[in-house]
Amino acid sequence: MNCENSRDRRLLFLQGNEVCVEAALYAGLGFFAGYPITPSTEIGEQLSKRLPMLGGKFIQMEDEIASMCAIIGASLTGVKAMTATSGPGFSLKQEAIGYAVMAEIPCVIVNVQRTGPSTGLPTGVGQGDVMQSRWGTHGDHAMIVLTASNHQDVFAVTVEAFNLSETFRTPVILLFDEVIGHMREKLVLPEQGEIPLVERLKTSVKEGTNYHPYLPREDGRLPMSDFGGVHRYNVTGLFHDMWGFPTTDPNTAYELLHHLVDKIESASQRIARYNEFFLDDAESVLISYGASARSALHLVESRRAVGERLGLLELQTLWPFPAAIVRERCEHAKYIVVVEMNMGQIAQEVKKAVNDPDRVFLANRFDGNLITHRDIKNILRVIRGGGM
Amino acid sequence: MAAKDYLRERFMPHIWCPGCGHGIVLNNLVESIDRLGLNKNDLVLVTGIGCSARISGYVDFHTLHTIHGRALTFATGVKLARPELTLLVAMGDGDALAIGGNHFIHAARRNIDITALIMNNRTYGMTGGQHSPLTGYGMKSITAPLGNIEQAFDTMELAKAAGASFVARGTTYHVRSLQKLLTKAIRHKGFSVVEILTQCPTYFGRKTKAGTAVDMLQSYRDNTVPVGSEAKQKNPELIERGIFVQEERTEFCAAYEGIIQSSREGR
Repeated sequence: MNCENSRDRRLLFLQGNEVCVEAALYAGLGFFAGYPITPSTEIGEQLSKRLPMLGGKFIQMEDEIASMCAIIGASLTGVKAMTATSGPGFSLKQEAIGYAVMAEIPCVIVNVQRTGPSTGLPTGVGQGDVMQSRWGTHGDHAMIVLTASNHQDVFAVTVEAFNLSETFRTPVILLFDEVIGHMREKLVLPEQGEIPLVERLKTSVKEGTNYHPYLPREDGRLPMSDFGGVHRYNVTGLFHDMWGFPTTDPNTAYELLHHLVDKIESASQRIARYNEFFLDDAESVLISYGASARSALHLVESRRAVGERLGLLELQTLWPFPAAIVRERCEHAKYIVVVEMNMGQIAQEVKKAVNDPDRVFLANRFDGNLITHRDIKNILRVIRGGGM
Repeated sequence: MAAKDYLRERFMPHIWCPGCGHGIVLNNLVESIDRLGLNKNDLVLVTGIGCSARISGYVDFHTLHTIHGRALTFATGVKLARPELTLLVAMGDGDALAIGGNHFIHAARRNIDITALIMNNRTYGMTGGQHSPLTGYGMKSITAPLGNIEQAFDTMELAKAAGASFVARGTTYHVRSLQKLLTKAIRHKGFSVVEILTQCPTYFGRKTKAGTAVDMLQSYRDNTVPVGSEAKQKNPELIERGIFVQEERTEFCAAYEGIIQSSREGR
């Protein structure tokens, strides 16, 4: 919805799910497959209108698994492809996400989180899929997972998700939540070119010359050839050699798994996105992300106004977990309080990252309601030795 | 071109057991492609998991060996993104109609222009001979040691009811007509289903006492009849082969082009 009174046509007032759509189109989305599920449905709804207008493809598949597989197939033809879902649907997609990891096929998966497990609280907010986004599919692997707490950042991380998926030839997960997805706020739509876009790296190997789809260049990137192009090759979820042919050779298997993990883990500094607020002199550091970070920021700003040395580290990259940044920013903090809407999934990572895990506390809520600044304030008081 | 021009020698020898019918299917498929004069760059073969799924590795097309039961959904993504490509999907009976049954009926309902081969050996061969939805009542399997108490699907009725616009059945014994069926199926604009009865002497043959590969091929000769023949009316146990459905019906990707046109015209 445009702001009718605004002179600036780039100024929009949207739901987070709609912002995700705007950003995906900005990034060059050409194909979307999905299945209706609360609270992500608006993404598919919007794209069913927007994509055909741009000559893009939208399909509502028969289930969540089919949607995930369809975007992988589409991506192989050279288009940028995305699906969107929520908890139960995210569970169903896991096997195919692992396939995209193994076959190194760029794609973006949006999970607008609700409270789980199972059907849980379909309209309630939650952040309980943090670990599933990391380890949901079987086997060792690396995963890129991004999130955001406001619409300008939802836009930025969505574009970044496409960029990273193309750069690293890997599925990237956007882990939003119900509050972000359904909340309406302002978005200043970036101009074309304002945010750089990474396009599919295509092979320069000519027809008739051997093309090795799974032979990384010196910089670790793998130029692709589109299905339908002049290079015919095999894509498989089996361990494979540089031709894409299945192999059980232990050395090849070892090298491939290392490649799949290292290409992402070794770039974790570059992938790490975060915002920091009042950290320089903070005695207590809140660490949060997504909708929880809004309440955390609210508290930090109000306590700063009365002179309390409270700061916030807001994570936008959840995986690979930015452990070095967390460790460094929390070095001088007396208390580190992780604010999240689950039973401590990121808190455990923070404990692993910092030198003294006993300083790490959890301010959380997992009842389908948004954690408020009052909730955090009350927990802070207890941590500091005050009563409830 | 010769058959070998369509094959990847790098992948050979194939993994199929001696006597397996899948090689006959591969040979017929390649012959059909040659007869149709299709460019290899325009061909995409998608498979799932199982003995049948290995067929994708052996052909020199764009090949996508995916996960169990989902081959049609990957193929749907490729086809909708690039409708000018020719999509072939080869599945086993378990792959297509057990774990992939939902995708099968929905691909048929959409009438998306994909040719689906169901290589029906009535067993899960790769995992060692368990019964599939096409094994049939009373047959023994590794996981039905006292006999299967589940009825089989009739693939032709299922495909027809789900909306496939080309539905046919062939066997690895009737190789000439199989090649013709495949050629017609690939040429057909819409969702085409070709069920191919193909022998698995290693598991189905042993567990059900159907015998050797030759015994099973002979049973295809003796127990199948052309669709609509009088013999079937006299003996309902006979299995019909040939074309069951061949109809022109709106194809999904073509219909989607209409959506693009309408939305651009602001309708």
